[in-house]
Amino acid sequence: MNSRQPGGGRRAGALAELTRARILEFVREPEAVFWVFVFPVLMAVALGIAFRSQNGGRTAVALLESGPPAARAELEARLRASPQLDVKILDEEAAALALRKTRVEVIVALDADAAVPGDGAPPPLAYRFDGARAEGRAARLLVDDVVQRACGRADAVAARDEDAPRHGARYIDFLIPGLIGLNLMGSGLWGIGFSVVIARTNKLLKRLAATPMRRGDYLLSIALSRLLFLGLEVAAIAGAGRVLFGVEVAGSLALLGLVSLLGALSFGGIGLLVAARPRTVEAVSGWMNLVQLPMWLLSGTFFSYERFPEFALPFIRALPLTALNDALRGVMNDGLGLGALWAPVLILLAWGLVGFGVAVRIFRWQ
Amino acid sequence: MTPPAATASTFAVSCRGLVKRYPDVLAVDGLDLDVRAGECFGLLGPNGAGKTTTVEMLEGLTVPDAGTIELLGRRWGKGDDRALRQQLGVQLQETKLSEKLTVRETVRLFRSFFETGREVDQVLDLAGLQEKRAARVGKLSGGQKQRLALACALVGDPRLLFLDEPSTGLDPQARLRVWEIVEEFKARGGTVILTTHYMEEAARLCDRVAIIDHGRIIALDTPAALIASLGASQIVSFIVDGELAERELAALPGVRVVTRQAPSWVLSVDQAGATLPTLIALLEGRGLRMDALSTHQATLEDVFVHLTGRGLREQ
Ligand SMILES: Nc1ncnc2c1ncn2[C@@H]1O[C@H](COP(=O)(O)OP(=O)(O)O)[C@@H](O)[C@H]1O
Ligand SMILES: [Mg+2]
Repeated sequence: MNSRQPGGGRRAGALAELTRARILEFVREPEAVFWVFVFPVLMAVALGIAFRSQNGGRTAVALLESGPPAARAELEARLRASPQLDVKILDEEAAALALRKTRVEVIVALDADAAVPGDGAPPPLAYRFDGARAEGRAARLLVDDVVQRACGRADAVAARDEDAPRHGARYIDFLIPGLIGLNLMGSGLWGIGFSVVIARTNKLLKRLAATPMRRGDYLLSIALSRLLFLGLEVAAIAGAGRVLFGVEVAGSLALLGLVSLLGALSFGGIGLLVAARPRTVEAVSGWMNLVQLPMWLLSGTFFSYERFPEFALPFIRALPLTALNDALRGVMNDGLGLGALWAPVLILLAWGLVGFGVAVRIFRWQ
Repeated sequence: MTPPAATASTFAVSCRGLVKRYPDVLAVDGLDLDVRAGECFGLLGPNGAGKTTTVEMLEGLTVPDAGTIELLGRRWGKGDDRALRQQLGVQLQETKLSEKLTVRETVRLFRSFFETGREVDQVLDLAGLQEKRAARVGKLSGGQKQRLALACALVGDPRLLFLDEPSTGLDPQARLRVWEIVEEFKARGGTVILTTHYMEEAARLCDRVAIIDHGRIIALDTPAALIASLGASQIVSFIVDGELAERELAALPGVRVVTRQAPSWVLSVDQAGATLPTLIALLEGRGLRMDALSTHQATLEDVFVHLTGRGLREQ
């Protein structure tokens, strides 16, 4: 009448069954699937389109309709001759608006009543641009250079341009690894936090604690079930980046997988820690947001964290999402190997182990 | 593995001086229990009596503030808790099992926690859930959920089964099916500790019943002996629209016990047929009008009313 577990491996049996149950619960939750897989891909697409290099990489310039028509036509011809400029003829008002919205970087104007110098020299110009923006300053220099050369200025020093295009230097190349990191954090924390706290409020944790189940098995199964989705999550975002924007993985795919795995386990440990005590979904949501907030702001998902002051950088680099983003970018953008990534890898490992270790000790079963 | 101590061999569960204090209430106030192997032992009491707290201390889920517990010859916290849990089946008062899993997946999960146990399908048959095996837990009726909770408690083939209000909130038919499952377990020789506030449940399933109120045992015996302790076999209850003295009622023929359970009077009598005419005569003589008269065979509820002056389902 009694049955023994086949194979006698009870330990593995319980862990496998717990993991299987968690995976089934997840895939039967359509909202969760949306947030983990669909949302990040949509975000990558939207941001990729918004930040794609506009005008085929040319600098947008507005030329005002003002000034003597002949002089303006001549100036327009000179500007249009440059392959680096995208010239629009606008009236005063439209040009001001375009500058505010950064649809153009600089406005070029001929003084309306500027007397043409008698000796046939070109009439004087005015540049209007946002000096606080690097793009504005660069556009002004570029336009001025085009005009001055066309009017006969000679270079005092011979110079040669050496174009060194870096692989993966576009914004979308920077963004995709960051989105992978952000998503691993989000799905690790939310995916674990909610289900653990709901199981607690439903007294399911208490019920499990009343069985001979090893308590560590339950916690481990939560972390393990993340691994299956991890591959899919990373593949969804990286695949969208590759297909839609041509974002390549410069380094090895195996290393990308390893780094993602570490990141998922690290946030799995942190997620368990955050979910170890709270009794309500509201409480755990608050904690989740509190834990993630500094990383949303500081960890360089959407822009480089190197812009923060020097003294803050060591702290920022110690955050798990920063470490994960650094490691992902190291593999995807810079093609680095494991040897060059030891620092972020160790940081991830430490967060994961500490999170899991403390969670096991303080976990509230009822 | 040490064999169970010889002294405890006749008792599946034995506890002494159990106390649990919560910030604003003394939930369990010095409880002693001895549950014999193979018996079904009931804890009967109203809401808040301390039944759940008691059972969860026995199950090793709540740590008592004082007292000792011995289960199947072992104690909690001696390093072999998991071995002890292998022999226990537990159904908690309010567990919501994962709604996304199917019935069979849920039982299979619980089966995996036990070294030895019953076949998943055999337990599903026993719980009458074979038809629902592929249904999501979230789609089950209350009775089916409760039978699933029982299936999860039974799948480890326990020696000792704890049931905390197994049929609360179920309709009579669903309750009957739960009782049948418990009776099957009893027939296999298992020991059951069950809490309830339904006297029919206690009377039908339990070999012995402890009546609990405010964390204390106020009576403990077989259901028949508890009812017999009223010294009467029938209960007459009624409401009158004026003042009456308790001794006037006690003086009527065949009345054993008079209990005031406002607004009703409750008389425990030998024979309702013999007492009623004299009761009616008494009230007519005093010019009082009688309302809401009822008579029934004495039950455990009447024992509780007699002991506490309150009904089991009152707060
Ligand atoms: N975790 C708790 N914290 C505070 N008070 C509690 C807790 N659990 C139970 N109580 C209180 O202890 C008393 C006994 O509760 P309980 O054992 O659930 O009674 P029963 O199961 O008989 O209805 C009640 O007054 C209840 O409010
Ligand atoms: Mg209770």
